[in-house]
Amino acid sequence: MNLFGYAQQFFDAPGRWSGADGIPQRLLEHVQYSAVALLIAMVIALPVGLLTGHTGRGGNALSVLATAARALPSFGLLVLLTILMGLGMTPVMVPLVALAVPPILVTTYEAIRAVDPALVDAARGMGLPRWRVLAQVELPVALPLILSGIRSGAIQIVSTATIAAYVSFGGLGRYIVDGLSQVDYAKVVGGAILVAALALATLGFFWALNKVLVSPGVRRR
Amino acid sequence: MIVIDAVTKRYPDGTTAVDRLTLEIPDRSITVLVGPSGCGKTTTLRMINRMVDPSGGRILLDGHDIRERPVNALRRSMGYVIQHAGLFPHRTVIENIATVPRLLGWDRSRARARGLELMERVGLDTALAKRYPYQLSGGQQQRVGVARALAADPPVLLMDEPFSAVDPIVRKGLQDELLRIQADLGKTVVFVTHDIDEAIKLGDMVAVLREGGRLAQYAPPAELLSAPADEFVEDFLGADRGIRHLSFFGTEGLELTAEPIVAEDATTEQVRAHTIPQTPYVLVTDTEGRPRGWTHAADRAAGLPTELLPYGHAFTYGQDSLRAALDSAVLSPTGWAVAVDAEGRAIGVAAQETIAAAIRGAHATVGPRDSVRGVLA
Ligand SMILES: Nc1ncnc2c1ncn2[C@@H]1O[C@H](COP(=O)(O)OP(=O)(O)O)[C@@H](O)[C@H]1O
Ligand SMILES: [Mg+2]
Repeated sequence: MNLFGYAQQFFDAPGRWSGADGIPQRLLEHVQYSAVALLIAMVIALPVGLLTGHTGRGGNALSVLATAARALPSFGLLVLLTILMGLGMTPVMVPLVALAVPPILVTTYEAIRAVDPALVDAARGMGLPRWRVLAQVELPVALPLILSGIRSGAIQIVSTATIAAYVSFGGLGRYIVDGLSQVDYAKVVGGAILVAALALATLGFFWALNKVLVSPGVRRR
Repeated sequence: MIVIDAVTKRYPDGTTAVDRLTLEIPDRSITVLVGPSGCGKTTTLRMINRMVDPSGGRILLDGHDIRERPVNALRRSMGYVIQHAGLFPHRTVIENIATVPRLLGWDRSRARARGLELMERVGLDTALAKRYPYQLSGGQQQRVGVARALAADPPVLLMDEPFSAVDPIVRKGLQDELLRIQADLGKTVVFVTHDIDEAIKLGDMVAVLREGGRLAQYAPPAELLSAPADEFVEDFLGADRGIRHLSFFGTEGLELTAEPIVAEDATTEQVRAHTIPQTPYVLVTDTEGRPRGWTHAADRAAGLPTELLPYGHAFTYGQDSLRAALDSAVLSPTGWAVAVDAEGRAIGVAAQETIAAAIRGAHATVGPRDSVRGVLA
């Protein structure tokens, strides 16, 4: 059977669109895990990135940390934490957050550094206090880049949140993990397609967010 | 008045950008800091709004050390315009202009009304209010920059090479606009430029700085041109400072003759009657009196075919300077300058020799200014 056949078999299966193991429920779980992980990553990475970018201090330490964090194997971390802490949401969240912090942090730092110094100079020269320079000048101008950092983090989280299923949580990973153990390839393919579709939807979401949040003067159209 | 009192700035890397500079910047006038690149102009300007802290000396604003005031309050009382305008790209023109008023707590509609008023004042079409900076030309952006600096009506305006990134024609427009605005508002303007012509055009007082941030001369522009303090200033002023100095002498005393002017429908007798011995030409005007060109008087009187020689350009009598009159005479193929009134009607002509005599007379009444050298050197 080819891929399309598996896919068709998966999406046509009875009960696939309702119930606790139905697509809507699994999708909702996946989105929930991802959203929580992304929010935590943002709460950690954005303030640090904005402040270090604004002051220009700690940039080197930051990139070392980020590189180190990128090298962390998400799955290994999940297994390790589960052994240490037992089953729970924390061992799932930590690797996801660790995955998203580096792109958000580094991009935010670099986005703020890349703001034309003349703008900051003009703003300070007009008597804007530092926090206003950051919030009202640097942030709006750097926003497209910052959003792109959050978007990379989000995509990585969405793709990796499948691992939650390994420690008996829900989400779209359920189909993949269960499919593999049941040797049900239709389920594996279906789960993979759904994850890919959700990643694409995430891209679309950030595209729309960019339209709404970024000033037309910065987007230049 | 802003008093810069023995101010020195040494950057951490050891560069002495400004060296014991002392300047008194008078109220309600334009003071220009001019000098070659790297001579400390920007540093000096930025010490006035505390963007840079002096390493020594002090700066007084109306008798008070500027360090006494909270730094942001001080900056809000001083408009600040920089080279590429530094407009906020994410804000519209009107929002950019309203920045400081909003900061000072004005409500939205009052800030907006003020913004529109300022757009008109700086010569911007209010239809541009909702545009973003990237949708404006360089000259328009600079105008927005000036409007933004003026928004909260600060008594002081600090301008750092605000017009040097735009092309010469736009720059001239911006300079004229600034002079017009200044005539209305009477701000205390400190203007930085590396362009000596701009300094002479705009400055009521001009401070020439030399490398290492030392003051070379501080004088009104006419005095700078007539009595440069030393060789450095003389070099910096350029080769034709004598000619440029003539911009400071008016044409109101210049002796004109209206004799060799005839209307284009003049009869042979009239042409003959208006011919003078000093020149074989007469100036032909249209029936309204506006100059059209020179023609050979004898040929015209003899009924021979004649052509009109161009007269170059005319100068407006009493309004233009001796420099314009001299230029007009030099450009004219007959060697005579054409003077017109405010309506553009020819009211007389003057030979190069007459203008030369007027220049000698003007210099004589100004008198020697060499004493200035001694004072400032
Ligand atoms: N932040 C800085 N750190 C070190 N040196 C500086 C700094 N800013 C300016 N300088 C140096 O100080 C001198 C004067 O600079 P500046 O005031 O910008 O001159 P200008 O505006 O006349 O071109 C130059 O030699 C310049 O390189
Ligand atoms: Mg400069």
